Amino acid sequence: MENNILLAAENLSLKRQGKTILSDVSLSLHESEIVTLIGPNGAGKTSLIRILLGLSGASDGIVTRRDDLRIGYVPQRSSINPVLPLRVQDFLQLGARYSDDEIVRVLEEVGVSHILNSAIQNISGGELQRVLLARALLKKPNVLVLDEPAQGVDIIGQQALYKMVSSIRDHHACGILMVSHDLHLVMAATDQVICLNTHVCCTGHPDHISEHPEYLKLFGDALDGMAVYSHHHDHEHELNGAIVCTHHKDCGHRHG
Amino acid sequence: MDDFIVNALLAGVGLALLAGSLGCVVVWRRMAYFGDTLAHSALLGVALAVSVEMLPIIGVAIVGVVLASLLFWLEKKQQLSTDTLLGIMSHSALALGLIVLSYAQNQGANVDLMAYLFGDILAVSRDELIWIYAGVILVLSIFAYLWRDLLSISVHEELARTDGVSVSKTRFMFMLLLALTIAVSIKVVGVLLITALLIIPAASARLYSKTPLQMVMLSMVFAILSVVLGLASSLHWDVPAAPAIVVAAAMVFFVSNLVRAR
Repeated sequence: MENNILLAAENLSLKRQGKTILSDVSLSLHESEIVTLIGPNGAGKTSLIRILLGLSGASDGIVTRRDDLRIGYVPQRSSINPVLPLRVQDFLQLGARYSDDEIVRVLEEVGVSHILNSAIQNISGGELQRVLLARALLKKPNVLVLDEPAQGVDIIGQQALYKMVSSIRDHHACGILMVSHDLHLVMAATDQVICLNTHVCCTGHPDHISEHPEYLKLFGDALDGMAVYSHHHDHEHELNGAIVCTHHKDCGHRHG
Repeated sequence: MDDFIVNALLAGVGLALLAGSLGCVVVWRRMAYFGDTLAHSALLGVALAVSVEMLPIIGVAIVGVVLASLLFWLEKKQQLSTDTLLGIMSHSALALGLIVLSYAQNQGANVDLMAYLFGDILAVSRDELIWIYAGVILVLSIFAYLWRDLLSISVHEELARTDGVSVSKTRFMFMLLLALTIAVSIKVVGVLLITALLIIPAASARLYSKTPLQMVMLSMVFAILSVVLGLASSLHWDVPAAPAIVVAAAMVFFVSNLVRAR
């Protein structure tokens, strides 16, 4: 394994009750790289993340993790147990014990030090997202995995969030793997996009991906009439190294 | 004070310590129905223990541990939802318990069913008190040892898993602790009322707690308060003790809601 590869998956497949969830998926995450995983609902994004995190196994394929890997995981935010009384600082202490100093510093870094003593059930969605991020950062991770970080956060909040993710990459030099179903807002921060729909439809730089036929096939309908993306080319891209369409036999199948 | 009152008080306080603390986790993890199921199976434990002339508390502990293991295993194997499995186990165990009990009675065993359904706290013996406190110390020590992991998986199982907490091991251990708590409770409040003592003090404590530890402490205090109030009214008005304890717990709950609402 190349030394600057933190995490790699080769030819992962996952079948559950006869249904193919993932088929022949390969990807790698390098130091200081931001990789975004996009794909429609049911594309297998969360299953893939769970396998990469080691939370569940694959039916086939290999996951390689660098020896010194410390993964910070930011789950989808909807599920903090509301019945349990918990302040933000208690929540941050759950995984391991940290000094008050460390807790305050990490909350400052994500911009929410004022809610140190608030009940975690009473903070806003954007604040909770930042607290979850802080919790992941406390582990001093070299890989950060964010599952739909922008869910339930408004557009302004999303932009701020993605800006923060970029700056975390710069300050902590960690590789970041993000899941999103919206390419446009994550574009600026992303080095590589992997478009997933059971198999890897296409991978590459976001500029290329947004023009890629496989991507347009997946998201084209939803993009009609949404003039969010303003970056237009006056030429067609050739399929060069940056854009790889893994043509399976079933590549021409209908998506969705 | 008479000996039997001292024994009753000690037994009640012992159970209150267990039910108050474990009850918080039961509330957090929505395990009320699981508690009910274990409690119903306790009757089978009593019946078996009586048949072979063991102390009922030991029979209940054994059956509870077996049932918890069985449930844990079935949950992994079966596609049925947990509450369906619990329903199956709960009622089969109860029915089986009644059959074994009637068989034992036909064989001439002298068993007072009511005493096990609703407890018989005023008849706790010195021997039973020793067993109860052995259970209290054992369960509370393991509970303290599991505390951080239990908390982690109650807040967010997935995050706990990525922190390296073994979720299924922790869950299973807690199921065993609950089984032992039911065993301790059988003489004190009986199988039909133990779930109340697990749930109600914890629910009252939730209103006033900012941290998980506060909730556990307060829940134990409320549980002890319910036991003392219940026993006192039982002696004063000559009403059955276990229901009086549960009613006292319910009153603590309503009063704390009212106080909180003001």
